[in-house]
Parts: sequence; structure tokens; C-alpha cells
Amino acid sequence: MEIANIPFWDFFGVWVAALLTLFIFSFLYKDNPFYKFAEHLFVGISAGYFVGYYYYNVLLPNFWEPFYYQGRYEYLIAVILGITILFRLSRKQAWVSRFGFAFVIGCGAGINFIAYLQSNALAQIYGTITPLVSLVSGEGGILVDWKNTVFNLVAIIGVCSALTYFYFSKPHKGFLGGVARLGIWFLMISFGASFGYTVMARISLLIGRMHFLIFDWIETTINVINGNIAIGSTF
Amino acid sequence: MKKQFPLAIVFIAGMIFIVQFFSPAFTPIQERFTHWYIVVAVFAFVLGLANLTRLNLQKIHRQQEGWIYSIPLLIGLAGMALCSFIFGIEEGPFVWLFNNMMLPMSATMFSLLAFFVASASYRAFRARHKEAVMLLVAAVIVMLGQVPIGSAGFMEHLRLSDITQWIMAYPNMAGQRAIMIGAALGVVAISLRILLGIERAYLGED
Repeated sequence: MEIANIPFWDFFGVWVAALLTLFIFSFLYKDNPFYKFAEHLFVGISAGYFVGYYYYNVLLPNFWEPFYYQGRYEYLIAVILGITILFRLSRKQAWVSRFGFAFVIGCGAGINFIAYLQSNALAQIYGTITPLVSLVSGEGGILVDWKNTVFNLVAIIGVCSALTYFYFSKPHKGFLGGVARLGIWFLMISFGASFGYTVMARISLLIGRMHFLIFDWIETTINVINGNIAIGSTF
Repeated sequence: MKKQFPLAIVFIAGMIFIVQFFSPAFTPIQERFTHWYIVVAVFAFVLGLANLTRLNLQKIHRQQEGWIYSIPLLIGLAGMALCSFIFGIEEGPFVWLFNNMMLPMSATMFSLLAFFVASASYRAFRARHKEAVMLLVAAVIVMLGQVPIGSAGFMEHLRLSDITQWIMAYPNMAGQRAIMIGAALGVVAISLRILLGIERAYLGED
């Protein structure tokens, strides 16, 4: 029988991952030193990850390449603006950071103004404007597609009533109150559906972690102990 | 200088992005500003990083409560950053650390919420009024609709997975769409306030 081989660092990695997973799950009992260790390590590792990510994927292509290889020295302005942000660490000179933040906030506001207006406001309004009566061509001529008609009406009434709920310039009484109440129902269904989806996503992650612990960690370790899998020396 | 100059920067930077939408003459400067924006935003991350490091070093130096946990934080931060600079981010120790430490811890942290969601569900799903019943019914249908029992053929024309799809495509979409439109109008309003210098909270105190 041919014995499977697992690289040492892969096997070691599985153990590290398994122990860290158990450290975090230990929080289910109560807050404890193992959880705190894993929690702080996670923060450090995540911050370190983004250092590498931003350096290679943001700074090199967006600053170093145009500045160093294309001789576009105006990119120094961006770095100077960036450095002003670091003045926030000083109590006396913190005001200098306003220049860098002003640039980021100004650009952000300009980008969001157009992006949100286009994709979240206008595109959603456009998507809501669907035929109130859906027609299909069949053997007997043009027929009403009742199913789609009802579904479209549900969507249109839902959007309009939920938007009415967010209209606070008039008290929600009478007809307006009734429509707003209908809007609340649609919003509650929406929240319920989102909640259900979130729960299932978390359960799916939990199943993934359990699968890892049982099959990748315990089963592999048992196989290594029984000699069914050999630990190699390669990476 | 301390207030008027930042307000001018905000106005010019923001207006470039808006005006280029109407006139292609401003597209080159908008593209340049986009690159600069990305670079300057990285320095905001550097600021956070410097603050995190400073706070944890202070904690260790002053031996404040829980200072011992600052050590793995700083080691993790320095280790991951050094690995990326020395070995790159495509292979080697950086990828090993990502696959065997960051990824499992991230997935486990989020999976922990599955347990806490159970207690949250108990509070949210107490059907005390009509609205709570709707939330409860929608959530239960969507949850069951995603597991095998939801697509089991015990009711040929009315499977839970089909009802889930319908809820997601119509009532849920209607609610989400209203929230998106409302939020978008809010973002547009706040962006205008910032560009016109009415909203100045980001300037901080004198």
C-alpha cells in the first residue's frame, strides 16, 4: 500500500489553525486567557496582512511605479498630503492633518455623490418602474400574465410604501399612516429574510470549522499516528 | 489657513469628481486625483497602525491590565509585515500565516456569532405583534428554504426553497430597495453638506 505524504509545514499549519480555532471557541464557556491570546493575535496578524496588501497592491502600482518609473513627480503631492495625516498623532500639530483628511473626505464625498445617486438611487428607481400589467403573446393573441402582474405590483407597492414610512415631514396618520404601516410590513419581511440569510451564513461557517477540526485535524493526525500518512520534509 | 484651506481642498477635490461626470475635459485630472486619493487613504491606515502600535507599546511599558496580550498582537503585526516585505505576498511565510492563522481565526470569529444569534433569535422572534410575526415567518422560511428539507418534494408545487426565492425576489427586494434609495439620498445630502463646508466635523477642534 502506498503511503500518502503530507509536507511538514502543512501538517504544522493544520495544528496551529486547529489550536487557534479551539482557543476562539473557548469563549463560548467564558472569556479566558486563551481566547484573549487568539483575539489579540488575530488583530495583530490582520493589521500586518493589510500592511503587505497595501504596500504591494496600492502603494507600488499607484505611487512608486508612476513616480519612479514614469518620472511623474507630481505624485509627491499625494505623499505629502498623506504625511500630513500622520500629524494627527501630535497634540500640538494635529491641525496639519486637516489637509490630508480634507483631500480624502473631499474625494470621497465627490465619488459617493455620483456613485450613490447613480447606482443606489436612480438605478433602483429605474428597476422599480416595471409594467403594472404584464403581457405575453400566446396562441390566442396577447394575454395578461397574471403571475408576473401580481409580482410586479407587490414590488412596486412594497417600494412605494416602504419609502412612505421614511417620509417624516408629515405625521403618519390616516391614509399616509396606513401606507406607512404597509411599508413597515415589507421592511419587517426584508429584515427577517436578511436575518435568516445571516444566520445560515454563520451556521455554514460553523459547519466549515467543525469539518476542519474533524477531518483536516483529527482524522489527519490519527492517520499520521497510525502510519497511513507520512510527514515529509518539504514545504 | 487652518480652516479655510482644508475647506477649499474639500470643495475642489469633490467638485472635480462631480464635474468630470458632465465634462470629459476634467477626466485626466479626475484620474490623477483618484490615484492620489488611494495613496493618501493608505496613510490613514498608517495612522491607525501607528496608533495601534503606540497604544500597545505604552500598555506593555506601563504594565497596564492585560499588557501581556499586547505582545502576541505586536509580534503578529511585525511578523506578518516583515514576511510580506522579505518574501512577498504571493507565496512563502506570508501565505502560510494567512492560510493557517488569519483565515481560520477570521472564520471562527464569525462562526461564533452562530451561537449568539440563537439567543438574539429568541428575543427577536417572540411573536408579540403583527410585525414581529412577519419577521419571524420570513426568517424561518428563508432559513428552512436553504437546507435540504426546504427543497424536499413533500409539496410538489409549494416548496420552501421556491417560497424563499419569491420572498428574496419581491418583498425583500422591495424593502431593501426602499432602504437603498433612502440611504443614497442621505449620502448625497451629506456629501453636498461636506462639499459646501456646512458639515465640518472632520476638521476636529482648534
